Amino acid sequence: MSNILILGATSTIAKHTTRLFAADEHNLFLVARNKDKLTSMKQDMLVRGATSVNIESLDLSDDKNHIELIKRVTETMGTIDTVLVAYGTLGDQKNGEKNYANTLKELQINCLSVISLLTLLANQFEQQGSGTIAVISSPSGDRGRQSNYIYGTAKGALTIFLQGLRNRLSKSKVHVLTIKPGFVDTPMTKDFKKGLLWVSPEIISKGIYNAIKKKREVAYLPFFWRYIMLIIKSIPEKIFKYLSL
Amino acid sequence: MKQYQSWGRYPKIDKDKQDIYHVYPDSFSFPDTNESATDAPLFLAYGQGRSYGDVCLNEDGILLDTQHLDHFIEYDKEKGILRCEAGVTFENILQLIIPHNWFLPVTPGTKYVSVGGAIANDVHGKNHHKAGTFGRYILKFELLRSNGDRLICSPTENSELFNATIGGLGLTGLINWVEFSLKKIPGSNIEQETIRFNNLKEFYSLSDESDKDWEYTVAWIDCLATGDELGRGLFIRGNHCESKKKHKFKTSKLSVPFDAPGFLLNKYTVNAFNHLYFKRPIKQFSVVDFDPFFYPLDSIAHWNRLYGKRGFMQYQCLIPTEHRETAMNEMIALIADSGQASFLSVLKEFGDIKSPGLLSFPRKGTTLALDFPNRGQKTLDLLNTLDTITLKYNGSVYPAKDARMSPDAFAQYYPNWKEFESFIDPSFSSNFKRRVRPSKK
Repeated sequence: MSNILILGATSTIAKHTTRLFAADEHNLFLVARNKDKLTSMKQDMLVRGATSVNIESLDLSDDKNHIELIKRVTETMGTIDTVLVAYGTLGDQKNGEKNYANTLKELQINCLSVISLLTLLANQFEQQGSGTIAVISSPSGDRGRQSNYIYGTAKGALTIFLQGLRNRLSKSKVHVLTIKPGFVDTPMTKDFKKGLLWVSPEIISKGIYNAIKKKREVAYLPFFWRYIMLIIKSIPEKIFKYLSL
Repeated sequence: MKQYQSWGRYPKIDKDKQDIYHVYPDSFSFPDTNESATDAPLFLAYGQGRSYGDVCLNEDGILLDTQHLDHFIEYDKEKGILRCEAGVTFENILQLIIPHNWFLPVTPGTKYVSVGGAIANDVHGKNHHKAGTFGRYILKFELLRSNGDRLICSPTENSELFNATIGGLGLTGLINWVEFSLKKIPGSNIEQETIRFNNLKEFYSLSDESDKDWEYTVAWIDCLATGDELGRGLFIRGNHCESKKKHKFKTSKLSVPFDAPGFLLNKYTVNAFNHLYFKRPIKQFSVVDFDPFFYPLDSIAHWNRLYGKRGFMQYQCLIPTEHRETAMNEMIALIADSGQASFLSVLKEFGDIKSPGLLSFPRKGTTLALDFPNRGQKTLDLLNTLDTITLKYNGSVYPAKDARMSPDAFAQYYPNWKEFESFIDPSFSSNFKRRVRPSKK
């Protein structure tokens, strides 16, 4: 039994991942904005077997909240064994292209605020000499593309940050996992046309759960995205710049 | 990805003609509409889309997708009482309760149904003769009406609305959550016996003899056999039993990846299949896992694609006991004669346990379930002829499987409709409702 903190717990992927942890009878601390969703999630997790469930409704994109939050979580749970960072927005590429303020907002939510949390958590985990830091990044961060390079910039920076963190924390036996889900059918992507590569959030959740258990470093979910991105990354920039991706 | 169709994929609704709203726990409210306006949108809850015809469709209206109402709320492991949101599926529930030796009190032939849908269609299963319908096990539920009321309904509170909602085809409002009782089992296995029978008479004697000692009974029949062998088939009966190993849940690997050509299931292929299936060496006694016993088709994802892209039509009727043999003989002879083969034909004897549901389908008698690939008018004509037989013997047809019964037939099958009508939420409707009651909006 361990203590698990889920940030952005009500996202569909996080919810299904948390259910898998609940069945293993862990202690859970769930943070997200929407109080109603958190309340029904808490009941659900208790029914599914979680030993204890704490909830807190908070805007995680605001980094002023972070120090106090991590303090409260640590006081409630004792130690944090695993943290999953799962919040984020897809943003609107076009809005960002028009106005830097929108880009900044996007970067704040998907990258800077996460780095703020990871800074606090990394120091705590380093001291405790154990634990798993799992963060949902994206294959979009592997290469900039005209369709979503602002989101891609945020996730790309996050991926690099996690790489560095993994390198730093290896000495203190802290596991850092970068999760890169492909196309997932969730409310975040409800406006997209869905094709063959799309999968359900349940499949992604199982992948995250297994990657945490097996202490993997980088998990493309489903696995084939690793190869899709390998191909996309290997196209010479001279040609790539003309592609409409 | 998610397509808002019914399982039979007939009728087809144009994607642009149904708006989709996603319902989330506790935060859902109906958009402000002027109820008296004639163009005010009409709503209908949509769960897993496992009903076959048009009870889950709402052309020119709004479907309330309940997939995010998937939370458990309370589970009493000692008493076997579960409260969960209406979008939770039977599969989700089994995963939770099987380890504690609880089971669904009643289950249909697929576990991919939502609890809300199970209530709306008041589903039945192989244990109808022992247990009645799913509606009998509902302790209470919360119903959200379009005027914003959240009503707790139970046999003692808002009891009329409770009875109308069970089997009410989703027309009384949106079910938010449900509390119902579970059934204690010795373990996750089923001891099963399979017996070949050569005609309808043998089926009835097997069925009557099994009613007392067997919890689950059902028969597969070869609807193309005629003469002395009319109504031949395999009788399957089972009881729950212990299992030494812990049950492992698996997700199905088999899937029908795309539409089969429409001619795949024709009378020659079905006849060949039936012949082989009937004559194959069968193991009379066996102990099997509950999953293949209750849900044999769940192991093949998208099996409905086998019927081709025009989809298929189900026909499930009930014939009261006093006419059962005459009517079944007539029907099966008619089908064999029609040259339209039903691939999966199922026969089952219902018991006399009454459901609280006002529009509930099951009552004492024999039920016959058939499915036909959609061949257009030819298929509709056959089903209409089957209706004349059902009507002649005071039977009825199951709305959850229907896409074509006439308003007149419906009125005769469901005389309670008039009483039911006063409980319909004025902002709810479905293709089925508009079809069988064309004068109303």
